[in-house]
Amino acid sequence: MRPLTLSRLLTHCAILSAVLFVVVVIALKLGAVPVSLYGLGHDLLRVLFRQTSQLSSEYQLIIFDIRLPRILLGIFVGASLSVAGASFQALLRNPLADPYVLGVSSGAAVGAIVALIVEPHLALAPAVAALLTPVGAFLGAALTVTAVYFLGLREGQIDSGTLLLAGIITASFLQAIIMFFMSTLTGGNYRGMAFWMMGELSTPPQHIVSLILRFGFFLAAGTIYTTASDLNLLLAGEKEAMHLGVDVRRVRLVVYIAASLLTGLAVSVSGAIGYVGLLVPHVMRLLFGSDHRILLPTAAFGGAIAVVVADTLARTVVSPAELPVGAMTAIAGAPLFLYLMRRRLT
Amino acid sequence: MTSYARSSASPRSRPIGDAGDFNSDVRLSVEQVSYAYSANPTQAPLFTLEATSFQARAGEIVAIVGPNACGKSTLLKLIAGALEPLSGRVLLNGFLTHALPHRTRGQRIAMVQQESPLLFPSRAWEFVLQGRHPYGRTLRFETEEDVLIARNALAQVGAEHLSDRLMDQISGGEKQRVILARALAQQPLLLLLDEPTLHLDIGAQVDLLETLRRLASANRYTVVVVTHELNLAGQYADQVALFQKGKCLRVGPPASVFQRELLEQVFQTPLTVELGSSGRPRVNMPPAK
Repeated sequence: MRPLTLSRLLTHCAILSAVLFVVVVIALKLGAVPVSLYGLGHDLLRVLFRQTSQLSSEYQLIIFDIRLPRILLGIFVGASLSVAGASFQALLRNPLADPYVLGVSSGAAVGAIVALIVEPHLALAPAVAALLTPVGAFLGAALTVTAVYFLGLREGQIDSGTLLLAGIITASFLQAIIMFFMSTLTGGNYRGMAFWMMGELSTPPQHIVSLILRFGFFLAAGTIYTTASDLNLLLAGEKEAMHLGVDVRRVRLVVYIAASLLTGLAVSVSGAIGYVGLLVPHVMRLLFGSDHRILLPTAAFGGAIAVVVADTLARTVVSPAELPVGAMTAIAGAPLFLYLMRRRLT
Repeated sequence: MTSYARSSASPRSRPIGDAGDFNSDVRLSVEQVSYAYSANPTQAPLFTLEATSFQARAGEIVAIVGPNACGKSTLLKLIAGALEPLSGRVLLNGFLTHALPHRTRGQRIAMVQQESPLLFPSRAWEFVLQGRHPYGRTLRFETEEDVLIARNALAQVGAEHLSDRLMDQISGGEKQRVILARALAQQPLLLLLDEPTLHLDIGAQVDLLETLRRLASANRYTVVVVTHELNLAGQYADQVALFQKGKCLRVGPPASVFQRELLEQVFQTPLTVELGSSGRPRVNMPPAK
């Protein structure tokens, strides 16, 4: 018997944060404009010691105003999607569940677009207006997950195949709606089709939105984490969990809302990036086991690493042009999805 | 088994009824409990469980028997507090089982049932440690004491050697023992089992019932078991409750319930009943002509 201890949890998190740090440094270095590792280290130290005036000016713009905010955005988006994916997998008792596959990301995208359309007509204060998109995305995500849940029921029980089918059909329906919006709306500050369909990190959100994203992530992921040991039992089955003292209804509601919030926040700033929520929790389960007390934090780190790596590749592979980050995650994620599905069927 | 201090009941949930209301010997008291399932509230019920009563003391095994769809599992859910009775009440040491807070209920009532298939493989020890969940707070890590209790539980069902095995790689009988160990790790007052002998060969069935008998005496559990195996019930139970179509026909010692005419009428087939030297009944099919 080797039950999970706090020190083991912290050790694994420390290792992953070291990996994340290395990935961030490499991501800062790579790009259309080459930056030397030495110069980068030098500048990072200067920033740490708040001697920003001594930075060489061309570096400052590229590293600290363009690449670093984009990397930070990728970290929070990746962590949010991955934690949301792990939560949906436990709640729906389905290893193939993830915000993108279930259509929740597309639902959030539709919510965000509707908010963008409505916003100019409401004459809101700028701070409130900035909130409108994330709120719309959250509502879109929450509505979609509820709809997919009920569509996935068969005789009162969640049926794995029906649920996935319901999610995929819902996703394609919602994507058609996005297409419709995109082709009827012209001008304004609407983002492109690629953003909402595949996900992109190239346009940094407003400062207030980034703050909301970070605060929302810690709030929602923290809330989910308080139910980590309940999720372990829920994964084993709802009736078993109930007899082991889990308030199944409360946990299910809390985690649904928090996971929808995470998805909504991520989609409102980065569009619908696929497969991160599916792929990362599985890799982390293989590495660290399926106990949610360790899975949720490691999945957060893993999601951050995956998105930063994918985005770095997206902006360097065909440089100076760029791919949407969702194209990179799909190239890696879709084959893995098929592999997991096949393995489950046999 | 070493006894550990049980966490005291929360002040909100005091026993209901007067002090003289129930015999202090009685641990589980099922009083005129009924239930009805219906597709929606305006329609006639699809299934009803008629008022049922019985009582059980610590260390006693009660077997619930009857044909399929006779209300056995519904009664077990009512006892477990998973369903609220339509009328009547189920008291465990004087507390209404369905009104207990989730955590408290998990500390007092353990249920062994047909398991949902596992999504991700887990080891037997992880599975048994789940039984400590009702004693933990949010996010706490298992203590030395939890590990000791889990190890003890595995030892009590003779499954120490399975500790590090994966749950999907052990036999049905071994799995059933690990599931029982998880229930023991809950340190319950009331142990409920829903058809625990299903899918077990006859050796494993006898083994399981012997274990239950031993545990009920040693740990003073009150055991309620739903089963199709009349002879196992006759052999090991202190009381048998016989059900047919949602109605409890008779409750009492096996010899008084297992009457030939009654069983033949309930199971719709010719049977023979003989009393063994121990006074326990044996039910058989008559030889085919």
